[in-house]
Amino acid sequence: MIKNSAVEMAKALSSNEISSVELTQAHLDQISKVDTDVHAFLHVDSEGALAQARDVDARRKAGEKLAPLAGVPLALKDVLVQKGIPTTCGSKMLEGWRPPYDSTVVSRLKDNGIIILGKTNMDEFAMGSSTENSAYGPTHNPWDLARIPGGSGGGSSAALAAFEAPLAIGTDTGGSIRQPAAVTGTVGVKPTYGGVSRYGLVAFSSSLDQAGPCARTVLDAAYLHEAIGGYDRMDSTSINAPIPPVVEAAKNGNVKGMTIGVIKELQGDGYQPGVLKLFNQSLELLASLGAEIVEVSCKYFDYALAAYYLIAPSECSSNLARFDAMRYGIRVGEGSAEEVMSATRQQGFGREVKRRIILGTYALSSGYYDAYYGSAQKVRTLISRDFEAAFAKADVLVSPTAPTTAFKIGEKANDPIAMYLNDIATIPTNLAGIGGMSIPSGLAEEDGLPAGFQIMAPAMKDDRMYQVGSALEAALLSKWGKPILDNAPSLGAR
Amino acid sequence: MALTYDDVIAKYEPVLGLEVHVELGTESKMFCGCNTVFGAEPNTQTCPICLGLPGSLPVVNAKAIEYTIAIGLALNCSIAPYSRFARKNYFYPDMPKNFQTSQYDEPICINGYLDVTVDTEGGPREFRIEIERVHMEEDTGKSLHMGGSTGRIHGADYSLLDYNRAGIPLVEIVTKVVTGTGKYAPEVARAYVSELRDILRGLGVSDVKMEQGSLRCDANVSLRLIGADKLGTRSETKNVNSLRSVERAVRGEMIRHAELLNKGERVIQETRHFHEDTGLTTPGRSKEQAEDYRYFPEPDLVPVAPSAELIEKIRATLPEKPSVRRKKLQEAWQVPDKEMAAMINADVLDLVEATVKLGADPTRARGWWLGEIARIANERGIGAAEMPITPADVAEVVSLITSGELTDKLARQVIEGVINGEGRPAEIIEKRGIKVVSDDSALMAAIEKAIAAQPDVAEKVRNGHVPAAGALIGAVMKETKGQADAAKVRELLLKHLGQA
Repeated sequence: MIKNSAVEMAKALSSNEISSVELTQAHLDQISKVDTDVHAFLHVDSEGALAQARDVDARRKAGEKLAPLAGVPLALKDVLVQKGIPTTCGSKMLEGWRPPYDSTVVSRLKDNGIIILGKTNMDEFAMGSSTENSAYGPTHNPWDLARIPGGSGGGSSAALAAFEAPLAIGTDTGGSIRQPAAVTGTVGVKPTYGGVSRYGLVAFSSSLDQAGPCARTVLDAAYLHEAIGGYDRMDSTSINAPIPPVVEAAKNGNVKGMTIGVIKELQGDGYQPGVLKLFNQSLELLASLGAEIVEVSCKYFDYALAAYYLIAPSECSSNLARFDAMRYGIRVGEGSAEEVMSATRQQGFGREVKRRIILGTYALSSGYYDAYYGSAQKVRTLISRDFEAAFAKADVLVSPTAPTTAFKIGEKANDPIAMYLNDIATIPTNLAGIGGMSIPSGLAEEDGLPAGFQIMAPAMKDDRMYQVGSALEAALLSKWGKPILDNAPSLGAR
Repeated sequence: MALTYDDVIAKYEPVLGLEVHVELGTESKMFCGCNTVFGAEPNTQTCPICLGLPGSLPVVNAKAIEYTIAIGLALNCSIAPYSRFARKNYFYPDMPKNFQTSQYDEPICINGYLDVTVDTEGGPREFRIEIERVHMEEDTGKSLHMGGSTGRIHGADYSLLDYNRAGIPLVEIVTKVVTGTGKYAPEVARAYVSELRDILRGLGVSDVKMEQGSLRCDANVSLRLIGADKLGTRSETKNVNSLRSVERAVRGEMIRHAELLNKGERVIQETRHFHEDTGLTTPGRSKEQAEDYRYFPEPDLVPVAPSAELIEKIRATLPEKPSVRRKKLQEAWQVPDKEMAAMINADVLDLVEATVKLGADPTRARGWWLGEIARIANERGIGAAEMPITPADVAEVVSLITSGELTDKLARQVIEGVINGEGRPAEIIEKRGIKVVSDDSALMAAIEKAIAAQPDVAEKVRNGHVPAAGALIGAVMKETKGQADAAKVRELLLKHLGQA
């Protein structure tokens, strides 16, 4: 059962083939079995999850009409607060903190009867592309435990690939949902900015952060998207409009008559040949399904990475200022408030977080603001215009999700630039605030590891990603004859 | 050999800049739903948002925006069709996020003015104070530094933090550089804050209580040699918590600057703390190395873009200006200029108006508020409005005087009783047994007694020496324990002695 899709699990629940308690327990058992190797979870809330499952079972028994995913378990990225449950953001800084409130995503999950198994590992404060920056040790890719599961949401993607949960929540500031999905053979969606409330999402970069669904199928992701999405008055940047019809689109995967734009700038040098080959095969499949493939150029994308590494650190330097030992989290040293703040921040933050805080502090400094933060904002506008022009020619845009398959743990740990380049294809959508999805495109011939196919849609047209994604997913599945994760080694045999 | 004020203004021209912070009287905070009532138990009016807990997000209080627009319109400002919040980044324990969400380079109201009148040797003179901007921001929490001698963070043993105030909506009203006031700079500063306070009170956007900190003034003062173009170095005096202090702080700083300049020393650009007791300032934070606040647009909030309809709607509800209102009241009450100025100075205009509205005679109402009540308030070191007596009490007393049921002397006892917390006027009259003796026969008995006691005086009066009657009237008043109407006594006495 744990290898099924969430939709299949939901069906089994509603036909009383299995109870939510049984389903939840099966996943908790799988976590016990494999998570010593994978380390996807930072905190497993067995009791809370089972209590929630019992409640859903009782309500089902009482004949209550339940939400589509009621009773299905989920793994929550440790950057979203859940009342009473430790939330660390992968940082020592917040060790021991139990938030007194639920994020909007969590309250919506609870309202939908979705069972929260626990909190998943991540790069500290979502800064990283490998989950190696977690203060609690890295997560291992279920495809090869010596490799990274992507980041920052490596815990969520690894949990899906290791069948520890059929659904997960991620957050995506520059690719943290999509790149982990790509390197673990799973599905990840970054909705349009403002499509899912950020209330209770511990901010890394407020203007870029976006929570979204992670799953093993496009339809599962669509149901989860519908459960967590929509307007929230607690988030001023949340869009006050109906959620795009994502479930309907995922059910009716069809690309006939659609124009699909291939972004010229997101391929070529730096991309692994096997990854590009899979990308091109997917394009051929889409063409065979009746889509028209065109090439588009987004020339300002060359500046996207540079702009991102000014905007995100600038915002993070301010967002992370509140971690000062005065009200919550760890406290280091004694003496004056200033000394305690300084010692705590020195010890509580990891290297990458400090690097970005320093970078951002510098970029916002008077005299440098215009040259750095100001210019980066201009680039952001130009990238949005590039997208607008491209969407005038195509219904969706596509690219490989990440330039390579999963690399080895430790391989890029001391080379921040090489690490940053992993997000080259995912960052432009965050800068423009539009949606992006990654689905598996197959296993690269060089290393037999999964690669991702990225689909981007205009703002609030998220349904188009699901429409194209589910069509391609179905075509690839029939080509392969079995789900991609069936190729992954089985874990926990010891 | 301290300089006198006259020495200062003989040589230097003062230049002012005034920044007034006003706590808006909205029911909830700037970015969350927490209550804003003053004086609650520490840290009881807080939530994840105003505590800046990880993950929380601000949402702008629409009422605060409407209030700010109203302030801008009342100060003749343009209202920006598009304005933004920014983050002002600095570390301080009473600031939960270690940045203050504040408007910066895109304030909501710009370029206004306020005309104020100051009494000068040549009569009342109007000064126009130009307003640079009116912007919104959130207040910080409060730090209480325990131990140490200064009550400041340096030298304290530990500090207590109260976040009830964190996130209360603040409006900052900043003037342009104020020049041309000459020797009247202290009075102009005071008149500006006073006029501003009246406007804000009239708008109903704040309770404008300087002593509770809901209206705070920072006074920037600099001097330059008369005739010079270049501005001198300024100091910024904080903690100025009353109108009187505004005037004293400006005057004190002018003298301090002049003393430094005369000695050939330079004025240091810094914040100064004003001390109510001494009227002097002491140095605070130096601003020589300007702190870098790393302002940038607040990404968690969308721009404030009030529609033209909203602005016009607010404009239509603006009350009349205090200056217009004062003029109307002065005419209606027929008050001389000097008395009017006295009422404004004692801050009793609203109280008198409320008393008159309840039916009291304006002259009598003014007399009580400006006389007995103001006198006791002054003794207690509080404003008349803070006294435990209401316009209704005064109106009741005035009406009893008018109807002859109380004499002025008895009324004073009643007023004192109310102020001492003995109850409302009727209760006090009842309890103390205060009443005017108006029964003619009772008075006549007292008159007879007085004549019998002082026959020689009575004889003088009979012989036409009327002024001598005072002694007899006094005796009657004493006999009736002051409860008789002296005029009535006089009338009866003179008639009895054949002089009327």
